[in-house]
Amino acid sequence: MTRSAADLEVGQSASVVRIAGADGVSRRLLEMGVTPGVEIRRLGAAPLGDPLEFEVRGYRLSLRRKEAQHVEI
Amino acid sequence: MQDAGCRVFVPAPCIPYPASFLTAMTTITPPATIRVALVGNPNTGKSTLFTALAGVRQRVGNYPGVTVEKKTGHLRHAGQRFELIDLPGTYSLAPRSPDEMVTVDVLLGRRDNAEPPDVVLSIVDASNLERNLFLVSQVLSLGVPTVVALNMTDLARDRQVEINVDALAQRLGVPVVEIQANRRIGIDSLKQALAQAACRSAPSSRSSGGLAPKHHNPFPDIFQQHARELSQWLNDRQTETLPHFLIERLLLDGDGYLEGELLNGAATEGAAKLRAARESLAAAGCPTPAVEALARYDWVARVLDGVARRPDDHQPTTSDRIDAVLTHKLWGTFVFAATMAVLFSSIFIFAVPLMDVIDGAVGSLAGLVKTAMPEGALRSLAVDGVIGGVGAVVIFLPQILILFLFIALLEDCGYMARAAFLMDRLMAGVGLSGKSFIPLLSSFACAVPGIMATRVIENRRDRLATILIAPLMSCSARLPVYVILIGAFVPAERYLGGVLGLQGLVLFAMYAVGAVVAIGVAWLLKKTLLRGETPPFVLELPSYKMPSLRTVSYRMAERGWAFLARAGTVIFAVTVVIWALAYYPRSQERVAAGIAAERAELAGDAAALADFNDPQNLDHLTASLHQRYSLLGRAGQWIEPAVRPLGWDWRIGCAAIASFPAREVVMGVLGVIYHLGPEVDVGAEVDQSRLQERLRAARWDDTGQPVYNLPVALSIMVFFALCAQCAATLAVIRRETNSWRWPVFTFTYMTTLAYLGALVTYQVGIHVFS
Repeated sequence: MTRSAADLEVGQSASVVRIAGADGVSRRLLEMGVTPGVEIRRLGAAPLGDPLEFEVRGYRLSLRRKEAQHVEI
Repeated sequence: MQDAGCRVFVPAPCIPYPASFLTAMTTITPPATIRVALVGNPNTGKSTLFTALAGVRQRVGNYPGVTVEKKTGHLRHAGQRFELIDLPGTYSLAPRSPDEMVTVDVLLGRRDNAEPPDVVLSIVDASNLERNLFLVSQVLSLGVPTVVALNMTDLARDRQVEINVDALAQRLGVPVVEIQANRRIGIDSLKQALAQAACRSAPSSRSSGGLAPKHHNPFPDIFQQHARELSQWLNDRQTETLPHFLIERLLLDGDGYLEGELLNGAATEGAAKLRAARESLAAAGCPTPAVEALARYDWVARVLDGVARRPDDHQPTTSDRIDAVLTHKLWGTFVFAATMAVLFSSIFIFAVPLMDVIDGAVGSLAGLVKTAMPEGALRSLAVDGVIGGVGAVVIFLPQILILFLFIALLEDCGYMARAAFLMDRLMAGVGLSGKSFIPLLSSFACAVPGIMATRVIENRRDRLATILIAPLMSCSARLPVYVILIGAFVPAERYLGGVLGLQGLVLFAMYAVGAVVAIGVAWLLKKTLLRGETPPFVLELPSYKMPSLRTVSYRMAERGWAFLARAGTVIFAVTVVIWALAYYPRSQERVAAGIAAERAELAGDAAALADFNDPQNLDHLTASLHQRYSLLGRAGQWIEPAVRPLGWDWRIGCAAIASFPAREVVMGVLGVIYHLGPEVDVGAEVDQSRLQERLRAARWDDTGQPVYNLPVALSIMVFFALCAQCAATLAVIRRETNSWRWPVFTFTYMTTLAYLGALVTYQVGIHVFS
């Protein structure tokens, strides 16, 4: 099974392999710099467990769990 | 203005002209007014730069057919005039909706038959260059002269990001100006760079060639080849020659929006052609839309290589440490709850005294006019129509200004995004996002600023859904209605040893009714009218910074002014119309006959007659009868059959209609109807208890039964909890959605819900309580 950014532990980082899908979410992810080859690091989560917080290209990005599943690592 | 330490870097082939030189040159003359379009990512300080350049005097309008605001400002530098056009903050120039298309159209000169801007001013966050340069890359692809403003250089230095600005300008091929917009550093250099860029792009120099920017194209050869082919194919078939940027976009954006917009005359054929091109690109290893991000971020990496360096090791900055607390499971929730409590209560604590002051001032002005003018229609128009109308508008200012003080503070310091982050899970339950939370919370104080606050929601459907349910939150204007009716008709029973009171429970239930119905309506809207793909939440969490006093106060003033100028006129007009309906036809004979009839009934009872003939009592009765015979009163009587199932008589129906401008008016109208005189102040306890007394004493004309009992009181309260009796809210919805369709929709659905809610409440009520 492919792993996604949603599977990262807090503090863990990985290299993005692919952005799945071609819908609005994946296009926005690409525009925001979540592109294949870039390092993505999980920073934490909101108190209710969703959305998640990531660091990518030196800035902080919040993604819902479902959106983070588009980011294959 | 302090400009020390800030430099303009212009790529070597271009010669920077000093400002004095510009005016002396005759061969290269800039246009009379240089049109500058301002673009940038959100959170880059774009609006701060706009005010730093153009000041507070800006013109705000709407682009027809979309909800995007058209904001322009003017400035002068060294004798040169500039027009500055603000465009909405965006991460990308890939349009997916008419709203997003506006930005692209303005930049390409496809709107209002205007030329493209002379210069594009692209503002970037120096502490977050990599992602910001993605948009810059798209801007450069437009082929319009560009100046890059490198903002937040102080923040970048704090984060140990080192940028060689000179080399950056070289690589980008356009001037780069270091600025700190919030401290107005670098603004003069920026103006100079804009003038120079426009000058180089002036037609006289364009024809001589060489100085216009080279077309920026980071795409692989195969993509460019397809783009050229498509361009040719389309030019043979369509009347409009599309700019190359849009040809590329057609290839990249496969979601159908652009195809529908641009492929006139060759729609089906064109769509097939595009599909084939995309397939062939994917086969060649250039899948769309990913190829754009890959190509542009590749280009960004090449531009920044050796030019900007961010520290590799993750040294926590101050912002990181603050964030660790503010997004913490426990502390983050606690700080959030505390912030919201302060925000919400200060709307009450600070706004209410100010509103009382405005109310008092309007009241004494009305009193003054009253003594200065002779009685008659003109005086009534001046006092109840004009002064009342102005008062009805101005009264909202304290709430708007205070809410936007908080919102501007939260936005400017970077907390706003965290609030959306923390609340997203909760709001996602009804199909909205975390960004809807603050507008909805604010609507419990007043829907007017709440609806104005929905601008933070960039998705159109989410924003509309939030706007449409915001008026269901029980605002502070409903409170007097609840308080008076609960005080008069709900028994003051206490349960659980006095901890729980029935009156308090009913009040809570009224707040809950609005919120619960709002959840249902939001859910339904997202399933029907506003159905669509769940918008990406993908939210940047910007670094924290000290809010700038100037930015915050500008933002407040801007919102206050926007309300006065654009919604105020509608509210004023509605107030005057309702005044006229309540005043005319003013038949003295019918009123005199009415008084005579009432007097005849008391014949023989000397004491009652003396009381009746008391001049003040007669005055109040006259006002009441005028109300009854006015167009409004007749409308109330006319709709009585419709409101009878709610347990209402014509007086309540009349009060409900009269309270269309503002629901808090309803108690005042009832006061007049029940002979308490036009000066009844429902805020004052004495008048409240007098009104409650009258309500309890009111009897049906035919049966002699009391009009008001618990089911009727509950029915009225439920009606007012759900109805849209607030012209200000409807005017603001009209302004924010740029269409009459949505206020009409809101009024219709809320009135229907209110009627049904009141009907069910009354019908269930009489069965339970009889």
